Amino acid sequence: MSVVLLAHGDGGLLTRELVEGLFLKYFKSPLLRQFSDAAVFNWPGSRLAITTDAFVVDPIFFPGGDIGKLAICGTTNDLAVSGARPRYITASFTIEEGFALADLEKMVASMAVACAEAGVDMIAGDTKVVPRGHLDKLFITTTGIGMVPEKLDWGYHRPVPGDAVLVNGSLGNHGLTILAARENLGLTGALASDCAPLNNIINLLQEQCPGIKMMRDLTRGGLSTAAKEIAEACGLDLCLREDALPIDQAVRGAADILGLDPLYLANEGKFLAIINPAQAAKAVDILKQNAYGRDAQVIGEVCAGKGNVYLQTTLGGTKILGLLAGQPLPRIC
Amino acid sequence: MSVLKRLNDPQLGREMIKKVKEQAAQLAGHLGRAVALMEVCGTHTMAISSTGLRSLLAGLVELRSGPGCPVCVTAAGDIEQMIALARMPGVTVATFGDMVRVPGVLSSLERERAGGARVQIVYSPVDAVALARDKPDQEVIFLGMGFETTAPMVALSINQANNLRLTNFSVYSVHKLVPPVMRALLGAGEVKVDGLILPGHVCAITGSEAFAFIGEEYGIPAVVTGFTPVDILDALHILLNKIQTGDNRVVNGYRWVVRDDGNLQAQSAIKNCFYLGDAIWRGFGVVNGSGLLIGEKFAHYDAMRKFTAERLDDAAEPQGCRCGELLRGLISPGDCPMFGHPCTPASPVGPCMVSSEGACAAYYHYR
Repeated sequence: MSVVLLAHGDGGLLTRELVEGLFLKYFKSPLLRQFSDAAVFNWPGSRLAITTDAFVVDPIFFPGGDIGKLAICGTTNDLAVSGARPRYITASFTIEEGFALADLEKMVASMAVACAEAGVDMIAGDTKVVPRGHLDKLFITTTGIGMVPEKLDWGYHRPVPGDAVLVNGSLGNHGLTILAARENLGLTGALASDCAPLNNIINLLQEQCPGIKMMRDLTRGGLSTAAKEIAEACGLDLCLREDALPIDQAVRGAADILGLDPLYLANEGKFLAIINPAQAAKAVDILKQNAYGRDAQVIGEVCAGKGNVYLQTTLGGTKILGLLAGQPLPRIC
Repeated sequence: MSVLKRLNDPQLGREMIKKVKEQAAQLAGHLGRAVALMEVCGTHTMAISSTGLRSLLAGLVELRSGPGCPVCVTAAGDIEQMIALARMPGVTVATFGDMVRVPGVLSSLERERAGGARVQIVYSPVDAVALARDKPDQEVIFLGMGFETTAPMVALSINQANNLRLTNFSVYSVHKLVPPVMRALLGAGEVKVDGLILPGHVCAITGSEAFAFIGEEYGIPAVVTGFTPVDILDALHILLNKIQTGDNRVVNGYRWVVRDDGNLQAQSAIKNCFYLGDAIWRGFGVVNGSGLLIGEKFAHYDAMRKFTAERLDDAAEPQGCRCGELLRGLISPGDCPMFGHPCTPASPVGPCMVSSEGACAAYYHYR
């Protein structure tokens, strides 16, 4: 019996199989085949980007955010890393009967705060309620539209060997925080999600650093999955250095205990940028002055190759990073 | 610098690698081949791969994996039994996450869950007791697997269930002991290794003396060690020295965690709850006295007695899967023709590709 498994939704290998093997069989727009975070297209008089995302996080309130803030940040970040200035957002709420109205209001208020920070307007919405037990508390689906500057040319066709690879900060915080909160692991003290709208800092970088060639956000599947997808789409290798990767001590420690690799854990306030090496230091400087880029680092470079991601370990060895395969599972002992 | 930082210090690590490489080159030259070492524990396998140590020592030291991944050594028959338990109406199966994706002959717990079975991932057996307490209408069966390391916690959870007078909790115990399987492995004489890296966590419970027989009976040096790069390099340094000098006494290189006589409290928790029985291991078959079965006193918490008339004889291995030989240290993951195609972490054929401690997964993730 062939059925949908949880792993089909983890953003890794099985998700890709499902998208390529099923959805693309029926939907043939070349825009869909960009495989980027948002579809960018020309519209009379402007260039637009559109993206859509469902949010099903459990628990819905977690250290560093909640499902509402996450929905706004996730959608605006998908637009921003595609080069767009997010402008409008719509939201569809599917709510389980019996959900506390006070919690709903708390969550909607938090969405409003995130919208204000990102500078996007909520312009349409929909509400559905399903009988108790038909879904878990609350799911939110958001769609975002943004404007792309006319001359901006970001994409997989741009990187060349020698380009620098940078990230805007510590890796794995969101994934580990959610896991620790969901399973009551008692590790939550020092952990918080990095959930944040990145469009302002990305827009600033866009203006100051025309050498940026492309960006990806590092959500499901973490740095490894995004880096592997970039390498494959560009037909080049990414050569990263373990000692340059920013990982918080709390994340490293907790991931160690659970046998998880922070490089495969989700982030909700992190992006990877590929940039002309001459501008990399400037970009890092700009990022470091921003709350959402304080731990920014150049983590490696683009190399000639065939779509692999190599990580040079601190000991001087080399390992290959790949797509996330299956949900990150903690080990037994 | 804190001890933990020191143990992960890249500078120190790089200096130690240089030294270990020199030592290994000398010994390999003397032997006329690469030095063959086995790391027994799956967490060591993962650490050796993820730090890049394997590639750094290639050609000089061949590091073989042993039977130290709890999910991997769980017998195919037990996997089928667990899947059958998950299918029973009114049952919630609580398990460590690693187990969920292990393929049985036709199904897996992951597939059963997608088909409607209640399969709950827990991080501790104590969570399974809480689940049973909170869901009195469900029979919660905890899939108890692992070695000396997990058994004490399971013993504790059975005690806890007993104190709470729970009648809807039970454990399917396939806990296994490492010293007996090492005896089986070395006694069979199939695998030729020059030295052993002993499992630090298991030794924390058993004590390093529980492995003294390896030197005494089989003439192979062995070192107990931890899991940081510096720990492992230190163990390699000690092992290479001992191989060179022919000194076969077991060395406890993990003194801040492991006592010679182990953790007596944990040992007594195990004794209080379990009795020694035979266990079926994937790759080995029956290993006498290597299983921890739930004792008479707690028979009402034994899922085997409660739900299954008898233990299944071992079921068929997945076709073409060479996990068994891998667990006996006879081959490396790359020697299996299915490694990487069709067997991958996304569609695993055998358990060694699933578990985060499995050798195939380690080699696949960190090629």
